[in-house]
Amino acid sequence: MAEVTLSNLSKSYGATQALQNVSLTIPTGAFVVLLGPTGAGKTTTLRLIAGLDKPDAGDIRIGGQSVLQDTPAQRDVAMVFQQYSLYPHLTVRENLAFPLRSPMIAMPEPQIAKRVAEVAEVLRIPHKLDNKATALSGGEMQRVSIGRALVRNPRIYLMDEPLSSLDAKLRADLRIELKRIHADMGATFLYVTHDQIEAMTMATHVGVLDHGRLVQFGTPRQIYEEPVSTYVASRLGQPHINLLPAAAFPGAPPNAAQIGLRPEHIHTGDGQPATITRVEHLGDQTRLHLALGPHSLITLTEPHTALKPGETLHIRPHNPLWFDAAGNRIQSPASERPTP
Amino acid sequence: MSAYSVTEPSKASKWGAGILVTLYTIITLLPLVWIISTSFKTGPDSISYPPKVFFDPTVEGYVNLFTTRTRPAVSELETLPPPDGIMEEIARRQGTIITGPSRFGERFLNSVIIGFGSTALSIILGTLAAYAFSRFKVPLKDDLLFFILSTRMMPPIAVAIPIYLMYRELGLSDTHLGMILLYTGVNISLAVWLLKGFIDEIPREYEEAALIDGYTRFQAFRKVVLPQAATGIASTAIFCLIFAWNEYAFAVLLTSGNAQTAPPFIPTIIGVGGQDWPAVAAGATLFLLPVMIFTILLRKHLLRGITFGAVRK
Repeated sequence: MAEVTLSNLSKSYGATQALQNVSLTIPTGAFVVLLGPTGAGKTTTLRLIAGLDKPDAGDIRIGGQSVLQDTPAQRDVAMVFQQYSLYPHLTVRENLAFPLRSPMIAMPEPQIAKRVAEVAEVLRIPHKLDNKATALSGGEMQRVSIGRALVRNPRIYLMDEPLSSLDAKLRADLRIELKRIHADMGATFLYVTHDQIEAMTMATHVGVLDHGRLVQFGTPRQIYEEPVSTYVASRLGQPHINLLPAAAFPGAPPNAAQIGLRPEHIHTGDGQPATITRVEHLGDQTRLHLALGPHSLITLTEPHTALKPGETLHIRPHNPLWFDAAGNRIQSPASERPTP
Repeated sequence: MSAYSVTEPSKASKWGAGILVTLYTIITLLPLVWIISTSFKTGPDSISYPPKVFFDPTVEGYVNLFTTRTRPAVSELETLPPPDGIMEEIARRQGTIITGPSRFGERFLNSVIIGFGSTALSIILGTLAAYAFSRFKVPLKDDLLFFILSTRMMPPIAVAIPIYLMYRELGLSDTHLGMILLYTGVNISLAVWLLKGFIDEIPREYEEAALIDGYTRFQAFRKVVLPQAATGIASTAIFCLIFAWNEYAFAVLLTSGNAQTAPPFIPTIIGVGGQDWPAVAAGATLFLLPVMIFTILLRKHLLRGITFGAVRK
């Protein structure tokens, strides 16, 4: 396990600027989640650290040493690809043993057998070990792909949306399993995901990328509660943060252009009248779709609410987030909270 | 428009296709059947008209192919001791005595060495070149690929005279090495182009995964790319072998006593003791076997589909 430091990392593919001046420190034993839409530079960051691509500028250090001249094998990192990339000519067992048989590790066969069996148990694929890699379902392939990283004890695990094609139950189980591996082994993770629950529950740090720039880096709670911009605020939150013109409510600070309201920022019972347009019962929660004049917003209420479409609800903002015309957050004393 | 299913052809079209394929098979196989049956006929049977479909099979043709014989006077033949061995007996039946082995075995071996040697060399060089063209930034890549292909834009025999003169100067005429290099030169463009297509289809992610898993580029090539390119390598090898095995013009021009291959040798059998069609047919039949065996051995690799499914697209 080692600290990974990216300094002023830039990379372009042809005319596309994939990463611009990204600096980031992944402390030893951290679980860093990268958030951002497709094309933000998440996968590029993983590829540069793994050594599959060379940066145009900047430096990558693992354990204090620059690895720019090292081959991927010498960097001693493990990566889970979004596309699984299982070796199709090998069985599941051979796929899992493949990294351990490499000249870099060259583990004795009895130890390999033991390690493969352990990992197969964790990922619940022991009965599939003798299948060809091509004879698996999507979820099984993804588990083998994770297993091929977990058999090793690398300096950092790089994972590119590893749980994306699993069903909800298995995803929840593996989330806990990865977290356990992180805690037990003190392993360092850099993890790309779109999933809010994964980001919030697994991460020790979250980095938000926007068009190749790292726009915010902090704890999951900081990212959620103290976003620096509307862009960051939109990354997390179910339902999505409501962004309305600042003038929709009184009390906007000067130069505020937008107000950001998460469900917990919407106080009901007094304030301005809003009409309920839809009520969505999701089981554990209920979403209310509201019309406030020309604006629409979504908030949460108790699962067994008696509210019905057409009814009127009075709402007012409670410690909302304010943003200026460029989308940057305005730190108003009213919305200041203690940082966790 | 009538409604029809894309997946399930109608009964009529199935029957039609079946009849067409059967007819095509018969037409294609007829010359082979003719040659193989002629190789088991006697000399007179082989030229009888109408051709005999049913005949008493004999291995005279094969005995004649592997031996040289003389035809002594009948009176002399009767004074000889009884025939020693089955080959001699068959020769005697035709009124001849065996004077020694023919050079067919030697020529056949030359064909094996040159054919398989040039195929192996074409595949080794072709695979490495195709991998480089497929994966790396090669300066002037498109021009180089076009240049490689352009070597096949005229019939190779068009450059026969320069090659003949060059080979004489270099001492490569009538050598195994010379013929292996020549056939490799002709086959390499086919090999590079075919194999590049196959390697292009293997997703890079596999090698990238192997690089991260602790392997060098060359080890990843050997352990991950080669097994998946097996299909392409097998079919390319068959094409290369068929060309080198059947090549006639350069073999006539450049080989004689030492490195002569079977194709220029087989027709020379005709001249020995009249028109010995069964011996020629026996030579052709044996000549067919290696390519047939090679193709059958590699057939399972020709079935595609090994890479389907393990990379999510």
